[in-house]
Amino acid sequence: MSHADQLLPHGHVLRYSFRERLIHWVAAFSYIYLLLTGLAFWSPWLFWIAIALGGAPVSRMLHPWFGLIFAFGVFQMYVMWSSQMGVTDTDKAWFNSIQYYITNQDEKMPPAGRYNAGQKLLFWGFVTCGILLLLSGVVLWFPERIPWSFRYLRYIAVLTHASAALLTIGLFLIHIYMGAFAERGAFGSVIRGDVSLAFAKRYHPGWYKEIVGESAQPPRK
Amino acid sequence: MSQATLRVQKISGHAGTVPGEDTQREYAVCKLIDTTTCIGCKACEVACMEWNDLPFGETTFDNTYQTMPETRWNYWNLILFNEHQAEDGSLMWLMRKNQCMHCADPGCLAACPADGAIVQYTNGIVDFQQANCIGCGYCITGCPFDIPKMNPKTNRVFKCTLCSDRVSEGLEPACIKSCPTGCLHFGSKEDMLDQAEHRAKQLREHSNYPHAGVYDPQGVGGTGVVYVLHDATQPELYGGLPSNPSIPWTVKLWKGPLKWLGNVAMVGGLIGLFVHYLRFGPKAREEEDMQPHEGKEP
Repeated sequence: MSHADQLLPHGHVLRYSFRERLIHWVAAFSYIYLLLTGLAFWSPWLFWIAIALGGAPVSRMLHPWFGLIFAFGVFQMYVMWSSQMGVTDTDKAWFNSIQYYITNQDEKMPPAGRYNAGQKLLFWGFVTCGILLLLSGVVLWFPERIPWSFRYLRYIAVLTHASAALLTIGLFLIHIYMGAFAERGAFGSVIRGDVSLAFAKRYHPGWYKEIVGESAQPPRK
Repeated sequence: MSQATLRVQKISGHAGTVPGEDTQREYAVCKLIDTTTCIGCKACEVACMEWNDLPFGETTFDNTYQTMPETRWNYWNLILFNEHQAEDGSLMWLMRKNQCMHCADPGCLAACPADGAIVQYTNGIVDFQQANCIGCGYCITGCPFDIPKMNPKTNRVFKCTLCSDRVSEGLEPACIKSCPTGCLHFGSKEDMLDQAEHRAKQLREHSNYPHAGVYDPQGVGGTGVVYVLHDATQPELYGGLPSNPSIPWTVKLWKGPLKWLGNVAMVGGLIGLFVHYLRFGPKAREEEDMQPHEGKEP
């Protein structure tokens, strides 16, 4: 157990350490820049975004560098969290009853641990797409350096980059929706780091048992 | 530079219709290159550099009659040389003037995300507008002929303009003007195809080239540069001229179905999440989760 998961006064528990929060926002802000400039290059109807962000040539120049920052963030997340993201039987049961999760009948859900199966899907989705985006992105960064005999790399890269980016947009939208709208308290947890014990019990009963059980001292009020 | 006769019919990365689209029609222009009468003198290479004010760069001598391995961002016109041994053991020196083919269905323009960086005029010329170029290099990926080349210092892509500035003034491209053997011709696509077919027929019937033919690949909608080849069944012999070029299928998929699917999914996803919130709302009230357990510890 990391230095996260400490019980705090007033019935709260530290869910995300400073390092976890910092890395999350490094990845988040770089992703948002990549999303905006990427959408500008995706559709002529959104090309104005690149102009608003300092001009399309500037966006083209900075997009790969922000991509490296994002890749760094995803790599750090992998280092921090991959050991907690293993798929368990509970996760399979969770997906089988996902209709209850969608319709806010959380009491019918199998008890999730520190991360529920949806969060694990988000994590592995971003790790996989992050690798694909990085590899195809390097090709797209210097297309003129790819020799003609290796042109298939370019052909694969344009399709891979767009497809993987679209997948992350789907994950991203659900992530924002869950974190900022559906689960009240989740957004604050990645800013301040803490959640209430009620939050822990409601959304992560397995984790809640773990921290309350492991704690030597009872939670203070 | 007068653009009086250069009206645009296609614009890269452009939202909505092309202004003035279909208000005027023009003859498509065409360059005819008869490889059977090219002597490889490089006059067209020099004329191209002169007219387009391109600096003279270093050449590469590789024991052939070719100036350098491939075109460069500032060397748009290159005669490719191939010493070909026919089945009967006889040698042929194949010379092909290589430059932008000015496709009717240009892969560069299809791939380009920058508004107005690549245009196709109503006379069929495909022209790069470097002022609008963002340096992404997607045109390099879209082109089936390996023509767009990037200036590494400015990150802008260049290629043959078919001397659009000369053509707009009623002049032929500089390369055509310089050709001493008459292997280069310029005119309407219709006339050039007619002349090319005539020449190919002549080669088949009056010379020993039974496979002579015209290269005007339909995979890219036909081209604004057509070749007469001694052997039209093997265009690859002429410096790797692709026998059936087309826009790469991944580029077509990316700019076609994937774009529509992606747009529908993104907009649909946003609407879906909003409606979900209207129907189901948050999983719990904020105050329930923010309040500490007032003496209700498990």
